[in-house]
Amino acid sequence: MRIEHHPILTFSKKEPITFLYEGKPVQGFEGDTIASALHAAGVKALSQSIHLKRPRGFYCAIGNCASCNMVVNGIPNTRTCITPLKEGMVITHQTNLGVLYDPR
Amino acid sequence: MTHVELLIIGAGPAGLQAALSALEAGAHVTLIERSHVLGGQLSKQTHKFFGSQKQHASKRGIHIMTLLIDALKPYQDRLTIHLETHVVSFYHDYVVGCSQGDRYFKLHAKAIIVATGASEKALPFENNDLPGVYAAGAVQTLMNQYGVKPGHKVLMVGSGNIGLIVSYQLLQAGIEVVALVEAAAQISGYLVHASKLRRLGVPILTKTSIKGAQGEHSVTSATLWDVDDAWQGIPGSEQTVEVDTICISVGLSPLSDLLAQAGAKVTYINELGGFVPWVNQDYETTIPRVFACGDVTGIEEASSAMVEGQMVGLLAANQLGHVPEDLPTRIDALKAELKTLRMGPHAKKLRLGYAKMEGHHV
Repeated sequence: MRIEHHPILTFSKKEPITFLYEGKPVQGFEGDTIASALHAAGVKALSQSIHLKRPRGFYCAIGNCASCNMVVNGIPNTRTCITPLKEGMVITHQTNLGVLYDPR
Repeated sequence: MTHVELLIIGAGPAGLQAALSALEAGAHVTLIERSHVLGGQLSKQTHKFFGSQKQHASKRGIHIMTLLIDALKPYQDRLTIHLETHVVSFYHDYVVGCSQGDRYFKLHAKAIIVATGASEKALPFENNDLPGVYAAGAVQTLMNQYGVKPGHKVLMVGSGNIGLIVSYQLLQAGIEVVALVEAAAQISGYLVHASKLRRLGVPILTKTSIKGAQGEHSVTSATLWDVDDAWQGIPGSEQTVEVDTICISVGLSPLSDLLAQAGAKVTYINELGGFVPWVNQDYETTIPRVFACGDVTGIEEASSAMVEGQMVGLLAANQLGHVPEDLPTRIDALKAELKTLRMGPHAKKLRLGYAKMEGHHV
């Protein structure tokens, strides 16, 4: 799902980044957001609707619509479309509105 | 709470240009951006801009972005940038609350420029929430900024410039655009963009809309149907196209919520995209020393956003006592640039929108 050839842009090979998605290791690259790395890995459903639990993907990619919110390193409601991917991140689906957590 | 001089919310074309103008005039600037990079929508605009040389015409958006960011470099000692920072509250006493990771902090500013831009609208149809249904600009970001393909076969809904340009850029990324549908009888974007698509064999279906999407976990097909002059679907005209991605390009809404929260007067002007702040001819909102520029004041091209940003940066700096050289002449010249950008048949709606605004723009 990565673009290989492009008439205007060059996507040079970047440093791989490994993260955990639902307990499984997945590889993204330096410069990815969480959402772009997941999409490239074939994961389209990022969140689910609160009541009917319908799958939701990203929509706006500017951190505005909340459709890509996931739990990242225990922090709920993380806007994965604008959050840079980092080595070792633990990413899971969010199944509720998000619960308060202690950042310490 | 930290006290700053000029606070700019949003680092897209309007915000970056406002920062640059204000810095040139001598102001201390704090720039807040919720993304992890500067540039806003310029960061994925690989197409060449129209307009005149003054607005960087014939340069690609991504290169204009680099020019703007580089131009900020000499002013590092007077510029503070907060990336990945969300302004979550905006009070009438010039205090904004910011959320940055686990941190919450407050800033007090002497003047504030709101350059929050706009968000892409959604479209109601059956299963419009399925993964695979994305805003067209979002797909542009995924491809051009991150180098990731949204899918293999795409349906584009809407023939404004974003719909037309993103369709072309999908083709450039090696992705098939199965069709572009437009409910109106004619395309709404520039013919030059549409012609490029037609030459490459992409069907542009006018008086056609999307009835629904199908798929269990993500989109596997879409149903199209013909619409009448009142944009109502005509039963019996349905056809199904196999696609894994549906791009929605049906306009944008100004992100004016922060200004509404601060108590600035905000009003609905359909021609400008939705709720916009009332601004005087100097782009000052109904709260003194709180300015707005770019798409938040009405949906336009990035070229206009940059001109507005330039103007507002100068005017805000001026109010803070950093009187720019030749201010009246420069403002007049910038207003003339805006007027030129808003000429022509495509800007008719925009002109009507601005005319509706009391004490309106230019």
